[in-house]
Amino acid sequence: MENIILNQLNYPVLTCTVFLPVAGALLLLFLRGDSLIRFTTLLVTLATFVISLPLLTDFDKTTYKMQFVEKHEWIPSWGINYFIGIDGISILFIFLTTLLSILCVLVSWKAIENKAKEFHIALLTLEAGMLGVFVALDFFLFYIFWEAMLIPMFLLIGVWGGPQRVYAAIKFFLYTLVGSVLMLVGIVVLYFTGGNTLDILALSALQYPLKLQFWLFLAFFAAFAVKVPMFPFHTWLPDAHTEAPTAGSVILAGVLLKMGAYGFLRFSIPMFPDATRLFVKPVFILSVIGIIYGALVCLAQKDLKRLIAYSSVSHMGFVTLGIFALNIQGVEGGILQMVNHGIITGALFLMIGIIYERTHTREIAAYGGFATLVPWYAGLFIILTFASIGLPGTNGFIGEFLILFGAFKAQKLYGVLAATGVILGAGYMLWLYQKIFWERPGPDYGPSGRHPVRDLGLREVVTLAPLIALIFWIGFYPEVFLGYMHSSVERLLQDFNLSAYAESQNLMAQLREIF
Amino acid sequence: METANIITLAGVRLIIPELTMVCMGLILLLLDLVVKKKGVIAAVGIAGALVALYGTFKLFGIGGPQTAFANMFVLDGYANFFKLIFYLNIILTVCISLKYMAIEKASFGEYYALLFFSTAGMMIMASAADLIILYLGLELMALSTYILAGLMRKQPRSNEAALKYFFLGAFSSAFLLYGISLTYGLTGTTNLKEIASALQALNISGSPTVFIGLIFLIVAFGFKIALVPFHMWAPDVYEGAPTSITAFMSVGPKAAGFAVLGRVLFDAFGSMQVQWNSILVPLAVITMAAGSILALAQSNIKRMLAYSSIAHAGYMLLGVIAGTPGGLTSTVNYLMIYMLMNIGAFAVIIMLRREGFQGENLEDYMGLAKGHPLASALMLIFMFSLTGIPPTAGFIGKFYVFMEAINSGYTHLAIIAVLFSVVSAFFYLRVVMYMYMKDPKEDVVLTTSCSMNLALAFTAVMVLVIGIFPSLLLDIVRVSILG
Repeated sequence: MENIILNQLNYPVLTCTVFLPVAGALLLLFLRGDSLIRFTTLLVTLATFVISLPLLTDFDKTTYKMQFVEKHEWIPSWGINYFIGIDGISILFIFLTTLLSILCVLVSWKAIENKAKEFHIALLTLEAGMLGVFVALDFFLFYIFWEAMLIPMFLLIGVWGGPQRVYAAIKFFLYTLVGSVLMLVGIVVLYFTGGNTLDILALSALQYPLKLQFWLFLAFFAAFAVKVPMFPFHTWLPDAHTEAPTAGSVILAGVLLKMGAYGFLRFSIPMFPDATRLFVKPVFILSVIGIIYGALVCLAQKDLKRLIAYSSVSHMGFVTLGIFALNIQGVEGGILQMVNHGIITGALFLMIGIIYERTHTREIAAYGGFATLVPWYAGLFIILTFASIGLPGTNGFIGEFLILFGAFKAQKLYGVLAATGVILGAGYMLWLYQKIFWERPGPDYGPSGRHPVRDLGLREVVTLAPLIALIFWIGFYPEVFLGYMHSSVERLLQDFNLSAYAESQNLMAQLREIF
Repeated sequence: METANIITLAGVRLIIPELTMVCMGLILLLLDLVVKKKGVIAAVGIAGALVALYGTFKLFGIGGPQTAFANMFVLDGYANFFKLIFYLNIILTVCISLKYMAIEKASFGEYYALLFFSTAGMMIMASAADLIILYLGLELMALSTYILAGLMRKQPRSNEAALKYFFLGAFSSAFLLYGISLTYGLTGTTNLKEIASALQALNISGSPTVFIGLIFLIVAFGFKIALVPFHMWAPDVYEGAPTSITAFMSVGPKAAGFAVLGRVLFDAFGSMQVQWNSILVPLAVITMAAGSILALAQSNIKRMLAYSSIAHAGYMLLGVIAGTPGGLTSTVNYLMIYMLMNIGAFAVIIMLRREGFQGENLEDYMGLAKGHPLASALMLIFMFSLTGIPPTAGFIGKFYVFMEAINSGYTHLAIIAVLFSVVSAFFYLRVVMYMYMKDPKEDVVLTTSCSMNLALAFTAVMVLVIGIFPSLLLDIVRVSILG
């Protein structure tokens, strides 16, 4: 195969990265004592992060090819292989996942007291599942990780979540499952169309008839649009985000939502280019609705977590807008914004988790005047607020700027509409900041109040520090991160533009061919 | 033909496993008179089943399909693989029965003997190459199971189960006989292969009368498999029968039913695929729909699993509908996996049963994970496997079946199937939800035994191993059936 580079390192680095958390989870089965379990989990996530670092340092940025590839026979009778590798599109998500997993352990240190062992086992298997999704180059493997991940996430929300957790967990599971099983049917259809293989690279290299592309695009869209989530498939998200424990919210926002957009980039666009062209408009429309609707709904929220959850709908609207702009700025902006959103929203959920541990309320109205009570906390929060709004100097600006740039290039109108989302974003975030930190302080939380709140502790600062650092790093010098994706994105768009079949025909002719 | 020519030594050799099982049944009956300890009887029984398993394994080695008794009995990979399912089924059932039947105060020696007779019947069905032998095996299986279902003599619902099962079973036997006679009347033979050639030679594949005969056969098998609308008995019988027998029944007769359905449709009526699919496709759809939807409303877990087993029959049917050897292979593969996960789930249910506590309601599972994390984790594995979520075996089973259905052009059917499997996810998840997300009402004490732990460990490990390394099972099932 000419489009892969076998593992450059002398050990199976990707396999180690993906399965170390699984090994850790198995180890936890035999351990007793909550603090031992916490330390072990922390160690495992740290080790996973460390062994994933060579991926960043040894990554060859000059090529679009899959790197660190490992390929072994797995189910020969179906022609299915254990085939993994990463390229410029997936590498940053590996980094994000391994990083956020460490923070999730840290933030759960005090918050999770009940069934700590099961919690950490779920967390580690979840990490493995997420990593697996980003490295899988065989559809079967991909689907296994994609679905298997639902189990620990379902438990995280349902067992350790808030009052409405059971409802939220089941809703999350069923919504995602509906999308996934439709994709499964699509995968099997691809299997037979592509000549009994589920090799993602081989299947991407083939050309499919427009009619098939159309239906397959829809089948995959079902899975990815729910995951992103795009309007109107987003209704599971506010519940899941709100009810999940902090670690669950961080992972949901940080990584899980990215899988849908990653799916568009990895599968929908390369495999179904002609159908993608047909769907650009609808996706644009849904994205813009998501951006504006999500932001407007934020303004009406009474619950802290719910507000951030809806802001995710808005931010992910930017991501899909950028990706479907299908030009280099849009796609790179989309990918970067996914990473940014993971960092910013992940950090925001961490912040909410931290303050919730002290106040035990998520009701925005219960807060006020916290700037004087917890100045450090307030300081960090304003950084996150600015990053979320997209102030220059923070990573949010780079991502949104690139996306809007791309969108303007593709379709001016949608660029203009999406830009209003930035304004609305500033509106709800600043409103939130004002409600929590300024205004009159509530009597309860002052030093003499019933629940005096203390400022950030060392563990909490350590948890947040890497994310804050990344916000500025990407904000001031994005090339470090964008550099990873240039070659892969260029290649993706090049392949996409080559498959110019559909452009020769008008829309009506295409629709006639499909139906 | 003369009798001497029909019963040959070579022929008898082929039925050694069946003979072993029947003899074991008789031995256990006699043993029960002298040995009072049920553990010994169970152990002897398991040993006997292992001997028969060894026999099948040996016969497996001779390669190629072999026939005996004037082509009435056939031994091929298809039959052998089904027998493997039946052996595992009976061994696991015995393992989970031991303590349970004592609690139910129904620990009769006949219990084990009947399990063996019933299994012998299933094995004969799997090997039947003739409608008469098929009927013989089916009745042997069915009559034994009727008694087993009613073994808890003091409990009205067990009696009801047995009676209902018997009446509806007899009813379905009548359908079967009617189907056989119609087929015989038109083709002049009861041998499956000869029916196929007669249909060809007489050019009557399109004849409505043949079709009616075929419908009768499908209806009869549909009863055993519990396809909607022939499923009416299943929920009541599953609920009323001793739980260990429910586990046994949910797998054994269903697998045997599929064995004969596949054999009859493929061997005898292969030329009428369009016709039988015109029946099976709607049956599959309503079976999946009714099974999944009705299970949502159940609060008794045995009843819920009864409906789930109906829904699973619908998924399995997809492989038969595909109408290819590969499709049939996927169905058989599904049955094997279903056996493992379903018996595992029933084993957990049985553990909850103790003196004075039924443990059959979903609410009894509230907060189980708190006191019994391991048992809950196992149940969680089985529930996700029944839903078909990777990395469990249940996913492999479903994937293979969907794959074959799509390969034969039944993509729409596969879409319906996956959507109903989402519906079914809800009620399986509910069990998980009760175990993990609710607080316990009272302390649940689990009844465990060594054999029970063994059965649970085996099924759980297999469910996970097959889920992660499907080749281990796929290679065997493919070699058995595809050659």
